Amino acid sequence: MLQREGQVRIPSGCAIAAVTDRSGARFSGMDIIDCIALMHDRSNGLGGGFAAYGIYPEYRDLFAFHIFYDDNDARIKTEEFLFRHFDIETFEQIPTRKVKSIHQAPLIWRYFGVVPQSKIKKNDFDEEEYTARCVIRINNSIPGAFVFSSGKNMGAFKAVGYPEDVGEYYMLDEYKAHTWTAHGRFPTNTPGWWGGAHPFTLLDWSIVHNGEISSYDANRRYIEQFGYKCNLQTDTEVITYLFDLLVRRQGLTLETAAKILAAPEWDAIDRMPEAEREIYTALRVVYASALINGPFSILVGSKHGLLALNDRLKLRSLITAEKGTKTFFASEESAIRVICPEPEKIMAVEGGTPIFIPFAEVQD
Amino acid sequence: MTLMAGKRSFRDLNAEIRAALETENCVRVENVNGQRYMGAGLSKGKRLEIYGTPGNDMAAYLDGGALEVFGNGQEAIGNTMGGGSVTVHGHVGDTLGYAMRDGEIFVEKRAGSRAGIHMKEFEAMQPVVVIGGIVGAFLGEYMAGGTLIVLGLENEYDQPVVGAHCATGMHGGRIFIRGAFPTENVSEHISVLEPNEKDRADLERHVRVYCERFGKDFDAIMREPFHKLVPTTSRPYANLYTPN
Repeated sequence: MLQREGQVRIPSGCAIAAVTDRSGARFSGMDIIDCIALMHDRSNGLGGGFAAYGIYPEYRDLFAFHIFYDDNDARIKTEEFLFRHFDIETFEQIPTRKVKSIHQAPLIWRYFGVVPQSKIKKNDFDEEEYTARCVIRINNSIPGAFVFSSGKNMGAFKAVGYPEDVGEYYMLDEYKAHTWTAHGRFPTNTPGWWGGAHPFTLLDWSIVHNGEISSYDANRRYIEQFGYKCNLQTDTEVITYLFDLLVRRQGLTLETAAKILAAPEWDAIDRMPEAEREIYTALRVVYASALINGPFSILVGSKHGLLALNDRLKLRSLITAEKGTKTFFASEESAIRVICPEPEKIMAVEGGTPIFIPFAEVQD
Repeated sequence: MTLMAGKRSFRDLNAEIRAALETENCVRVENVNGQRYMGAGLSKGKRLEIYGTPGNDMAAYLDGGALEVFGNGQEAIGNTMGGGSVTVHGHVGDTLGYAMRDGEIFVEKRAGSRAGIHMKEFEAMQPVVVIGGIVGAFLGEYMAGGTLIVLGLENEYDQPVVGAHCATGMHGGRIFIRGAFPTENVSEHISVLEPNEKDRADLERHVRVYCERFGKDFDAIMREPFHKLVPTTSRPYANLYTPN
């Protein structure tokens, strides 16, 4: 079985980046690879990954599962589970290219399927809740199987390696997406494993993260009360589940969720007009355990759009730029300029101030 | 001499720059794309001209040399620099002049968060940072000495002139801010004063250099009043854990 990360902290350097076209126009993975490649020195070859939205228009209404298997035994057990719980329309090995620096690859498969109507009627919850529970079940009960992507019309691609090599390995130049996010990882205390690379996903959520979460255990204890299992021993996982809980299950907006994770300081709340003060006071009290402390810059993809968020004390660099209908994010300005030399607007993402780019309808 | 940076690694590029500066006093580098540590430790009499976007820790440990950037800078420019001059015709990222000990930095436009973090001074070593635009959060954090000047020109996205937590933990040196700024963004233990006569003279001297380098109107800039921020105590955290 692939070695999963142990019970150690992972301080990270890391690089993150994203490009989105709010017109919904789709473009290949070349730009995001060039962008993250420029920040090569921020990672150390122990993890790279991408999330791409709008890549499977022909299967837009089907859940797309990307799964790592240690061996065929894990695959057979997982497929037996998947075919029992979903109507799987098609499945295949995810095509990869030979890349010298990428080795010890697990078996990598993808499956497109729908939730059978009978299952929803029987279980009294919707297809997303059903699917999320199935994903958590596979990841926790089938040894050697790991679902690393489970949204519709989106997919995560990740591996142990430098991000530009991971992009080449998964042939991302041959996919078209309206939104790409990327991560280059710098774990220092553990070997790093394929599942531990970013992005971390659940359903259509994907998170790439530069930083470390000092409130991880408080957040983990909170989120596990709602049925999530944090067993990857990496802090980013918990952010994914917090967004899923707050937005999908509890119906808050992404911006409100961002203001819970990176809540305004009490001093700032004291200065707000009364109505606003009451709302933010209530959010901080009710969701005290969802507050994320520590340095972080994150890019959150979902079916709603792309969200960028920095910790309140602005302990990580994150730059955003605009050109035409495209918006760019990267840990360093040079990484944006290498794919967009003349942006119309370029500025830092301020601490605790979310930037949200809603998605348009995807153009085929 | 002119070198091309392209996407070369910072190691190769900096080795070539250092080799060129053995024989030349001025080297120009074009098409720079995020290469780190450019001009690190550059000594007196040497000059580096950078076109593009130099990477993090540019001019770290600068030792009397001069850097001029035609483009925007990134994070930690002038990290622990001990002397010399940095000029940026554009904006810069976070932690400008990190723990800077002497020399001068002039930035035409805005700076990110934590500009002037832990700047220090000692006797004749009096570092100066002049920022033409606005600044992000934590300006002058833990500042122990030196002079930070924020002019607040070209506020293109209509942000506050200084961000939150300005001068947190500041216990030495002085910050000058031109025009109105949100006083609630200034930390406790900081006095906001009118500049005295010596301050005015220092300000005029530094602003004049800023105007010469970037072709700005000195009189127009100086017409707006400045405020001076100084710490009320040299030990802001003396009673934090163990009240004396």
